[in-house]
Amino acid sequence: MNLQELWSIFIMQGFAGISLFSVLLLMGLGLALIFGQMGVINMAHGEFMALGAYTTYLCSTLVQDHAPSLLPIYFPIAIVLAFILSAALGALVEWGMIRHLYKRPLDTLLATWGLSLILQQTYRSIFGAREVTPTLPEWLMGSFKPTESIDIPINGVFVLLLAGAVTGSLLLFMFKTAFGLRLRATVQNRLMSGAVGINTKMVDRLAFSVGCGIAGIAGAAFTTIGSTGPDSGSRYIVDAFLVVVFGGAANLFGSVVSALGIAQAQSILEFFLEGTKGKVATLLFIVVVLMFRPQGLFPSKVRS
Amino acid sequence: MKKPQPHSATRARVRPVAQSHDFRLGFVPMIDGAPVIVAHEMGLFRKFGVRVRLGREAGWASIRDRLIHQEIVGAHAPASMAFALRCGLGSLAVPCLTAIVLAHNGSAITLSQTLKRAGAVDPLSLAEVVRRSGASRRYRFAAVFEYATQHVNLRRWLAAGGVLGRQIKVIKEDGASDWPTFAEKAKKLLVKDKVASVFGCWTSASRKAVLPVFEKENGMLYYPTFYEGLEQSKNVIYTGQEATQQIIAGLDWIAKEKKAKTFYLIGSDYIWPRTSAKIARKHIENVLKGTVVGEEFYALGHTQFGSLINKIKLKKPDVIYAIVVGGSNVSFYKQLKAAGITSDKQTLLTISVTEDEVLGIGGENLTGFYSAMKYFQSQDNPNNAAFVKAFKEKYGEKSVIGDVTQAGYLGPWLWKATVEKAGSFDVDKIAAASSGVEFKGAPEGYVRIHDTNHHLWSKLRIGQWSTDGQAKVLYESALIEPDPFPKGYQ
Repeated sequence: MNLQELWSIFIMQGFAGISLFSVLLLMGLGLALIFGQMGVINMAHGEFMALGAYTTYLCSTLVQDHAPSLLPIYFPIAIVLAFILSAALGALVEWGMIRHLYKRPLDTLLATWGLSLILQQTYRSIFGAREVTPTLPEWLMGSFKPTESIDIPINGVFVLLLAGAVTGSLLLFMFKTAFGLRLRATVQNRLMSGAVGINTKMVDRLAFSVGCGIAGIAGAAFTTIGSTGPDSGSRYIVDAFLVVVFGGAANLFGSVVSALGIAQAQSILEFFLEGTKGKVATLLFIVVVLMFRPQGLFPSKVRS
Repeated sequence: MKKPQPHSATRARVRPVAQSHDFRLGFVPMIDGAPVIVAHEMGLFRKFGVRVRLGREAGWASIRDRLIHQEIVGAHAPASMAFALRCGLGSLAVPCLTAIVLAHNGSAITLSQTLKRAGAVDPLSLAEVVRRSGASRRYRFAAVFEYATQHVNLRRWLAAGGVLGRQIKVIKEDGASDWPTFAEKAKKLLVKDKVASVFGCWTSASRKAVLPVFEKENGMLYYPTFYEGLEQSKNVIYTGQEATQQIIAGLDWIAKEKKAKTFYLIGSDYIWPRTSAKIARKHIENVLKGTVVGEEFYALGHTQFGSLINKIKLKKPDVIYAIVVGGSNVSFYKQLKAAGITSDKQTLLTISVTEDEVLGIGGENLTGFYSAMKYFQSQDNPNNAAFVKAFKEKYGEKSVIGDVTQAGYLGPWLWKATVEKAGSFDVDKIAAASSGVEFKGAPEGYVRIHDTNHHLWSKLRIGQWSTDGQAKVLYESALIEPDPFPKGYQ
């Protein structure tokens, strides 16, 4: 083991952290938007991710059976489709369920949890209990080698770029578009926003739908890392909440920082301790921070 | 099988009694008799200077009687008749010689039009017809001769319609991967449906959840998954391997073949991988005199193995010993490959990947790695060839069979054999009669229930994965005794 190799491992370890960061960020973004902006705790968030993942799987199966020549390029299309489908389902859920419960936050919790069970069973009935993976295009496989001893996995780079793009677009959307302005206004003062002519109901629906759409993108991206089963969503949801709560619920920037912090802490601790102990240490760290800052890292200044 | 007795063979035996120069041969007027009849009519006997007289008989019983009383010296006959006659089964014992075997089966079972119209097409539907028509109507089935293969086949065919003459009804329940649901459904099956036996559960957690129910309600469970051991119950037959059966022979093989000294143990964080790793570590350190350079567990569903992979690169173990399950499996192998840890540089042995898992992981991510299992779909034996063919016909060409699926298939057969041995469906009697029950038709080759501990004697095999998702079997152990409470490994 020479210095060169240690250095390579150091670099790769750095990338492992960044890669975990991008995963956590993608998981948390949609949830942060919905929870932060609307105060709705969407327990079915994970199932929207699973919907994105299953969409990708369906695309892959269809392409493989009917148009194998499209295999190298289907993946971006699948991501867009995953966004559209999840966003559509999100809008439907908001219309059919959430909007009736805005004044009863605890009931939303229960209702979305019920929804998550329904969706899980639906996936199980349609796709079976077995975990599935789409056939990935060649260019997503393998690793990128800057030097002989460094392997940077390409799917990790891909998820990182995607997370960057989604975060960037979301921030632009929030701060540079008229809709973003209306959304922020609604969050700050719903009655006043209504008074100045903002259709707050429409704003809610769109926000919920975009949040779910982002979950769909996350799900599609995760098919490059892991497999998808009916209960995949319930495994994602805990990490997603961790990011959002730790970052400070109503703050997108907080989610970014929190994802980075959790990811680096976890991956470094995993390296020096071992798998489970690393996770325990990370959670302890979060618990301690939340004891002193119950509002999370970046509490938002919202009038109640 | 039918066979005529040509003159050359019979002459020696019958010469003392045959005073005239005519040899009398018997035949039954059916196609079977053709060789004898044609030989006679076409002058074959004459050509060799033998005078033969053919005698037409009504059936096999009269052929047999005439042979006993030496009224005829030979005949064509069902294969089993000569055998039964020689042994004195159902008659006097008479020395008897089969000279040539002319045909190999091709028998058919023929049902009457009446039965066909009533809907009987196979044993199950026949049983249904018989049951529907009630006690008043008795159906008669005939075979030519008590010891004929036809008779044996007919009885086996009829028996396939049920066990101990009882028809089997299947009740399916779904535990939905939720342990309380498993317990609840088990209770429903035992108390409400009063089932004779239950085949199922997958994870150890589901089995632990139903075990108290089976013990309290005195039910019978056949559990198919390879598991950690440390359990034994009157009410459970474990048709998968317990940990030592799967682990020890595999480690011995890899230590010998790959001269492996250092091992890195990686598992998902629950009872089976933890117990297995413990057994593996004891065996590596105490028996193989190797070292464990790392032992790590990750939460179920964990997908980020970057840090772990870097540690593997740092420690450079001879063997990665993987006990990772479920969704994590896919991430683990994909990331290993992306990080350049492939079979040309690294030996990896796993006890948690079967053909089913490969479907999700993708053969290309596993190529060259080894699995230690008792069954692989690619196993080459007649039982397995028939099993794989039938499985694909039922579940589609793309379906695959993993270790647990095969172990699941053993359950009903072992139960059937045990019930027939016990002569009863009573759980206490079945539990007692299970000792030593064998199943020779097992796709994995042969299995036998242990005399005392309700686990199976089975072999361990090492398979090497190839890109198409199938494994090449490289090694097969001897039958290994199940030892759910291994001394020195706890």
